[in-house]
Amino acid sequence: MSDVALHTEEHHPFLQHHFEDLGQQHEASTLGMWMFLATEILFFGGIFCAYTIYRIMYYEAFRAGAHHQNWKIGTANTAVLIGSSLTMALAVWAAQMSRRNLTVVMLILTLILGGVFIGVKAYEYSQHIHEGLFPGRLFTYVDEEHPELTKGVEMFMTFYFGMTGLHALHMVIGAGLLIWMIFRARRGDFGPEYYSPVEIMGLYWHFVDIVWIFLFPLLYLLH
Amino acid sequence: MLSVTAMFFVGGIFAFLMRLELLTPEGDLFTSDTYNKLFTLHGIVMIFFFLIPSIPATLGNFILPIMLGAKDLAFPKINLLSWYLYMIGATFGIYVIVTGGVDTGWTFYTPFSTQYSNTHVFATTLGAFIVGFSSILTGLNFIVTTHRMRAPGLTWFRLPLFVWAIYATSMVMLLATPVLAITLVLLMIERVLHVGIFDPSLGGDPLLYQHLFWFYSHPAVYIMILPGMAVVSEVVAAFTRKKIFGYKFVAFSSLAIAFLGFLVWAHHMFVAGISVYAAMVFSFLTMLVAVPSAIKVFNWTATMYKASVSWQTPMLYVLGFIGLFTIGGVTGLFLGALGIDVHVTDSYFVVAHFHYIMVGGAVMAYLAGIHYWWPKITGRMYPEWWGRLAALLVFVGFNLTFFPQFIVGYVGMPRRYHAYAPEFQVLNVLSTAGATILAVGYVLPMIYLIWSLGWGRKAGPNPWGAVGLEWATSSPPPKDNFLETPVVKWEAYDYPAFLKAMGETQHV
Amino acid sequence: MKDAHDYSEHAPAHHITKLPVYFGVFIVLMVGTIVTVAASRVDLGWMNTPIALTIAVIKATLVILFFMHLVYSTRLTWIVVLASLLWLSLLFVLTFADYLTRAWLLY
Repeated sequence: MSDVALHTEEHHPFLQHHFEDLGQQHEASTLGMWMFLATEILFFGGIFCAYTIYRIMYYEAFRAGAHHQNWKIGTANTAVLIGSSLTMALAVWAAQMSRRNLTVVMLILTLILGGVFIGVKAYEYSQHIHEGLFPGRLFTYVDEEHPELTKGVEMFMTFYFGMTGLHALHMVIGAGLLIWMIFRARRGDFGPEYYSPVEIMGLYWHFVDIVWIFLFPLLYLLH
Repeated sequence: MLSVTAMFFVGGIFAFLMRLELLTPEGDLFTSDTYNKLFTLHGIVMIFFFLIPSIPATLGNFILPIMLGAKDLAFPKINLLSWYLYMIGATFGIYVIVTGGVDTGWTFYTPFSTQYSNTHVFATTLGAFIVGFSSILTGLNFIVTTHRMRAPGLTWFRLPLFVWAIYATSMVMLLATPVLAITLVLLMIERVLHVGIFDPSLGGDPLLYQHLFWFYSHPAVYIMILPGMAVVSEVVAAFTRKKIFGYKFVAFSSLAIAFLGFLVWAHHMFVAGISVYAAMVFSFLTMLVAVPSAIKVFNWTATMYKASVSWQTPMLYVLGFIGLFTIGGVTGLFLGALGIDVHVTDSYFVVAHFHYIMVGGAVMAYLAGIHYWWPKITGRMYPEWWGRLAALLVFVGFNLTFFPQFIVGYVGMPRRYHAYAPEFQVLNVLSTAGATILAVGYVLPMIYLIWSLGWGRKAGPNPWGAVGLEWATSSPPPKDNFLETPVVKWEAYDYPAFLKAMGETQHV
Repeated sequence: MKDAHDYSEHAPAHHITKLPVYFGVFIVLMVGTIVTVAASRVDLGWMNTPIALTIAVIKATLVILFFMHLVYSTRLTWIVVLASLLWLSLLFVLTFADYLTRAWLLY
């Protein structure tokens, strides 16, 4: 019967029906993620562009604003995030090598480091709000030495909260995806044949890391 | 499997929604107090909820995978997600309409939109943001599908021109929409927190908003018109029985339009206070876009030259498209020229110009596409006589509506006011009369197309005798589009060979 | 665009990055961070920002090339990355073509 002929070819459980083979599926999904990241580049690019213009317009005030950032905390947090990128990359490696337990451990480590980053960020936010630096109605801060800079400092803080806020939002979404990946890795879904989800997860996580690589000097280190 | 079924569903609902929305803004004609809200809602609904998703989301979703010989788009689930996002965005839009509207103009210019307007700016921008996300996902899906899902033998230069143009459109969607998204996010932040990102009284720069906004919204014009061009290329080839003249030129002109479209945005801001230097650069760049557009028009007409054109409904719409698009395009050159633009900015001249492109171009092409692929999608023919009548009504009504606006705008009637000087009245009455005819022309297809679902003549797999993979499968297509993956051994639009083969089979 | 993406390319050999590469990149990233911070503590006048951004670009490039496996990816992936950067530069260049030539902004 023709049925027999159809089923002689091994059908991978995660091959979706409209793809010819896993290679095509893998190519399509990573390409899709890269394109999504291209849109993300332009998304963040817009706010970076706005930041640059106001940085030129309010040069002194932005420097004054950056003085309210704690660069030590920022540096430590950068290290944490780079570390999470490493563990993420290792998780992909482990998945490729069919080392299930290592994949799970690395994903969990990534999640923990990401959580630490968010926690530190939340601490910094609470400090800023406490100092009256949250822009808008809550903004009670006045620059005593140079009162004329106050408006520019508020602009800086608007961008600070806007940019790090969007970044943190991406981290939270990434953390959600990580939890799902941990679940799938534990179930033993991944191996050298099929690891696209971990790979895509990695692409996203590294991209968020890259955004931070630029945010850190632009927001913390203007002295 | 389910997702493919869902795709048909998506396409169907989309088409239906589009048609509903197509009708709503006709309300501008008999109101004056709420005129501000009306033109705003008209703009927002038409642009964000109709024109941008119209051809890509309805025809593209359905036709693109078939044209590529693929079973489905690369990411059916993402496709479904983008439909849900569209619906959520549209829900916000409807919420705004029901609860009192919004009055900022579709551009949401700051600082009015962030500090002064008391209408539902937040909900509207959120809706536009969500719909933008939907169009990003659609564009992503199309590009990946085009790259990775082509049938064996279907090389880039064997692709139908529809695919090329949709591909170019998707590029624009992918690269421009995120900038709109971030702009709207900043706008929402500003409005909610009362900070001054774009408000000069709080230290911001409103022109920055315009820059970022038009970085998306000018390319968005090409999101609307490129798919129209996609349809036109298909229909022209099918009804002239010829190869498209200069296939590669038409294909690359799509990409060129998509690229150049990104370089011209500040021509919307000539009188807004940008620097003289920048205005001159942008004016020059604007002229460049005319080149690939003209290439397309010349190639279509060259294709029709000495061809036996069959005057079916889709072809009538397409002829309308070419004529109206040319008028719209040439007046666009007037506007692109710095000196003239300063004279006619914010007059009805501009209104007429972009309606010639959007309605005369995009909507005509949309109707052409709907009629052309209707038998393929539903398996039924629409009534030809009524189709031609509607096409004629639309063409006449359209010109009567918008041509007077060129004149009235040139002599100085400004846009966005509900009252005007009495000497403009004759032309305005003409315009309103035209709009009525236009409305009839739009309602008519909706009625007979629905009628044809139940009572239309059954269409075979290839009612037009056209080439192209979509005509090689049954109407409507099976679940995976083809019973087995097709292998392409021929060039695009090879009508001479196709007709010869047809003739031979008939002799046998 | 040439027809580089033939059907045969659909099943590429999956490249597996060697572990030392990952750790090496990680160390460079850490060193880069330290250098950035150190450089910002010294007053170099207008040079501070360009230096910080140059290091950031280098770090980002390393992440893209090795953590995100771009070096081993298809040419199409390169096109996607480069295209997005090109468009980003369009946004910046043309916007600044206005801002930097406005008389009233130059004070």
